[in-house]
Amino acid sequence: MTSTIAKPLSLTRDAAPPRPMWHVVLVRPETMTFVLLVLGVVVGSQLSEFFLDINYILKSFTLYAEFAIVALVLTMVIIAGEIDLSPASNMALSACLFAWAQQAGVPMPLAILIGLGSGLAMGLLNGVMVIWLQLPSIIVTIGTLTLYRGLAQVIAGDKSIRVPEWFTGINAVFVAGIPVPVLLFAALSVVLGLVLGTTIFGRQIYLIGTNEVAARHAGVRSRRIKMILFLAMGLASAVAGLMTASRLGSVRYDLGLGGELQMVLMAMLGGTYIFGGRGTILGTFLAAWLLVIVTTGMIVANVLPAWQLCVLGILLIVSIIATNFIYSRTQR
Amino acid sequence: MSMLRTILLRREAGIAVMIVLFCLAVGTVKPQFLTLGSLRIVLLLVPLIMIGAMGQMLVIVARHVDLSIGSMLGLTAMATGMMFRFHPEIWWPLGFALSIGLGALLGLFNGLLVTMFRLPAIIVTLGTLSLYRGLTFILSNAKQIDRQYVPSALKGMSQTSPIFGVPWIIFMAFGVALLTYWFAMHTRVGRQVYALGSNPVAAPLRGIDVTRVTLMVFAISGALSGLAGIMYASRWGFVNPSNTGSGFEFQVIAAVVIGGVSINGGVGTVAGTVLGVLLLGCVSAALPLLGIPGTTQSAIYGAVILVALVIDRLVRLQGQRPEARASA
Repeated sequence: MTSTIAKPLSLTRDAAPPRPMWHVVLVRPETMTFVLLVLGVVVGSQLSEFFLDINYILKSFTLYAEFAIVALVLTMVIIAGEIDLSPASNMALSACLFAWAQQAGVPMPLAILIGLGSGLAMGLLNGVMVIWLQLPSIIVTIGTLTLYRGLAQVIAGDKSIRVPEWFTGINAVFVAGIPVPVLLFAALSVVLGLVLGTTIFGRQIYLIGTNEVAARHAGVRSRRIKMILFLAMGLASAVAGLMTASRLGSVRYDLGLGGELQMVLMAMLGGTYIFGGRGTILGTFLAAWLLVIVTTGMIVANVLPAWQLCVLGILLIVSIIATNFIYSRTQR
Repeated sequence: MSMLRTILLRREAGIAVMIVLFCLAVGTVKPQFLTLGSLRIVLLLVPLIMIGAMGQMLVIVARHVDLSIGSMLGLTAMATGMMFRFHPEIWWPLGFALSIGLGALLGLFNGLLVTMFRLPAIIVTLGTLSLYRGLTFILSNAKQIDRQYVPSALKGMSQTSPIFGVPWIIFMAFGVALLTYWFAMHTRVGRQVYALGSNPVAAPLRGIDVTRVTLMVFAISGALSGLAGIMYASRWGFVNPSNTGSGFEFQVIAAVVIGGVSINGGVGTVAGTVLGVLLLGCVSAALPLLGIPGTTQSAIYGAVILVALVIDRLVRLQGQRPEARASA
């Protein structure tokens, strides 16, 4: 920042020549993700011939599609300078409420509405605490993370609640050879990518994340936009929760436990800047695939699940260091 | 400063009043809650949380947060348990050195990542939460350390008592609290932690070595998690790779936030934190007595964090209404 201010003080200088194309592409946040993705596929294909089987990858992706869908919305929240760590707990609570309602005899459509509505309500609570009470979203959502998971435990106890037969198996339904969750993820990526990249609303999200005070002075309704994002977060989590319920065929309070780590990881790996103002849906889209490739690669290579926890943690730290580094380079 | 002081005093008085009211309310329903026996239960519930809370308090006062304490507790407890298991001939108090030393190293690693790369502590420690938990599994080969491997002298610390029938670990927890009080109030570095948290921009201008102070609070948080780790082995007599310490961070953050430590840094006292821990202990001790299932505990912790946050915010709004309104 200081260098851009200092420049006009020096002697007259022509406008800098346009940066070469390769340079522009290289410093884009998602380039790194793409390179890693290609690398992952190459390494993975060396490990096992199963790996290049597209159906195997697609099938593995259904295990992560729920988190990936939420991660897309989370990307927008992070770009707006906030964060939400509660979605995995939100998934569990909305799925538990849904399962509990349908078991209590509530008709299915209404039970689904209850699930989705509770997700929205949870997003609203996060939004109210962060926006109206001006509390830091990171601590608020740690609180709601504990609260929502705890409420799910109160409702479901330690038992698992079964969901009706016809509701199960969303991951086994194929449209044009692609599992429905993956299709939903891809469709949502396109929609949110267009919203974030081409609409005024999308530009305003970047503006809020870059400098909220300036954005507000420029007439951006930052509170309203942030509230919309938190609500969208709640809704996406509820949808993901129901999808998980359908995939597993039953609901327990520990559904999606620890998922917040993977969601944040997807956004970070996609080049989203943790302090807001930078990031793309394309990046998160690629990062979700990268994560699937890495984890299935580890499974194929018979790596212990414990190592996977380590690798996820290391990936998270390395990806923030890398994006921060690239970001500081582009600021010169 | 004096106004801030009165608010703080009011906060601590407020928590104390809440504890008394809560105990009286439970006592009217279940008179046996107001006996020495349940005081013992409360005191036996809190040592681990109290020790963790002292480290977390310093970290939060310095305007950071440490989410990895539960995993550090698990990893240090596991490392110590492995030592007891494979080298039973080693003099058992060395377990404390191993546990605390390893914890300090893990905490230092958090601090290094935060200071060297200027990363937000919350993301770093979210990453190390996962990393340290994974290491716990790898180190232990996913096997539990069973009761027979934990030295009985160590287990005895949770049962035997030097005085008044109060077990050793309770004395240790309050000893750590006293040491933290001394550190935070009467040492130069301790005061620098507060200065750094109140104004991270002004602190280096006043000659405070921000890197050193940050590293120190993370190392202290890690060392205390390590102490909590070996005390977990003492208290429960086993170490499990997936359960030990998991969710510990949320209990501790709940206690610290209830205790009036401001998440915006620079504000927080040991007395408040101790009261916050005790309130949490009273709540956990009262639940089974009132016939409320243990499954509600996590929900109550979450609700308590949120309520404490809102109270914290309202108190601050009260103190500086015009500016707060202007910045809204």
